[in-house]
Amino acid sequence: MSRVGWIRIAVLVIAIGLLELCCRIGLIDHRVVIPPSQMADALVRLLISGDANDQIVRTFGIVIIAALTSVVAGFALGLIIHALPRVRQSLDPFFATYYAVPIFIFYPVLIVIFGLSVIPIVLMGVATAIVAMIIATLNGLDRVPQVLTKVARVHRMGTIATALLLKLPAAAPHLFTGVKLAVSYAFIGVIASEFILAPAGLGRVISDAYSDFNNRRMYALMLLLIIVATAVNMALHVVDQRWAERRGIAKP
Amino acid sequence: MIATKRTADTAMILIILLLMWQALHQVVGATALPGPVPTLAYFAKFVPSQRFIENAWATLVCFFYALILSYGIGLAIGVWMGIHRLSGAVGEPILISLYTLPKVTLYPVVLLIFGLSLSGRVTFGAMHGVLPVALLTMGAIRNIPPVYLKSARTLHLSRWQTILTVLFPATLPEVVAGLRIGFTLTLLGVLLAEMFAAKQGLGFLIINAMQLLQAEEMMTVAVVLFAFAALANALLLWIEHRLHRRV
Repeated sequence: MSRVGWIRIAVLVIAIGLLELCCRIGLIDHRVVIPPSQMADALVRLLISGDANDQIVRTFGIVIIAALTSVVAGFALGLIIHALPRVRQSLDPFFATYYAVPIFIFYPVLIVIFGLSVIPIVLMGVATAIVAMIIATLNGLDRVPQVLTKVARVHRMGTIATALLLKLPAAAPHLFTGVKLAVSYAFIGVIASEFILAPAGLGRVISDAYSDFNNRRMYALMLLLIIVATAVNMALHVVDQRWAERRGIAKP
Repeated sequence: MIATKRTADTAMILIILLLMWQALHQVVGATALPGPVPTLAYFAKFVPSQRFIENAWATLVCFFYALILSYGIGLAIGVWMGIHRLSGAVGEPILISLYTLPKVTLYPVVLLIFGLSLSGRVTFGAMHGVLPVALLTMGAIRNIPPVYLKSARTLHLSRWQTILTVLFPATLPEVVAGLRIGFTLTLLGVLLAEMFAAKQGLGFLIINAMQLLQAEEMMTVAVVLFAFAALANALLLWIEHRLHRRV
């Protein structure tokens, strides 16, 4: 590993060590933060006991559904919008503003409409993720070389064949950036919804544990969420970097 | 010409959104989602009321403090990590993974530290805003073309002259982009904090209206926040574009 990598690990280890030390000597009250070692211990015990497995499966299941829906529907919508330049132009101000509006303010509206069920949560996940995928698709399609579209025309390929066989692979590196964003946004959308109000799920369990002053359970599940989110994001980041490198080489 | 076209496009989007709202209202019924017209009627009555003004003021004060913290800390980290290459290389991936983390997970920790107080909501808002400001400021400083610094040296500019006349103007457009995203996310953080646990503020009003099934009030507050965020973003975007054109 590079020198920078080692320094980074050292910084993180020292930070966690300091937190542990402060908790152990009582500088930080254990009713506020428990030592990291106890968080890890609580998490291992919780996972072995299988106590929260239903909730874990539920939440990650919803995240996967929301992310998949966003990626597939976002790509399809991106294709359609890209094919209609006038529509696209009109939608530009909408895309520029979309992520500036805190769309969570509409979560209660969804609850009133659909009831306190899984549907509003999935919809919030999709709503936070899908626009990132649409924007990435549009960016990717913009960069498909003209000559490829001409080749498609020479071979008399249909619209769908052109989209799947030619545009999809040509735009793939940009699309992957969209996938990366869609996954992490879906994560944020689902977890935040569950926190605010939900019948079940990890966010709900953490907020219940907070209300019950059950710090071990709360920190264990928080640690789990942080580990999973970081691992998924890092994995996607690495793949994205690879694609970016390929994109760099492929440049004319 | 382009400006009028853009205005027309924006107006069209607004009209389409209103039509979609009306259509959804027809489908789900007035108790779940009041249409645009009744909401507007309620808006005219509710927005001047004492209750709305008090809660909007609470949110605004909280957002203001959180924004100052986001910008202050974010710019400090960004400048430091942009100038000091090693800290930048070490810290950037850490900042990026913090950026992608669902920070709402950590809100109970903030609550345990600060209690149900203004400082807790301010901290949570700032936690959202600091990272984009820091990351974009750092990127802006790193991306300064070396030739700028070389010409500064050729002209024998002093350190302060270099900072004020070269570094500051060269990084400004990107820094403003960071401030714009920081604005958005700080607002999101403050509202999430109010929605999760607070007894005042617009986020609280929305949740309260939902529990009392007052759909008109809920939609009114949502529309106010929507308009505020969209207008602020448009203003900051406009500044950003002007700065880009100037450079």
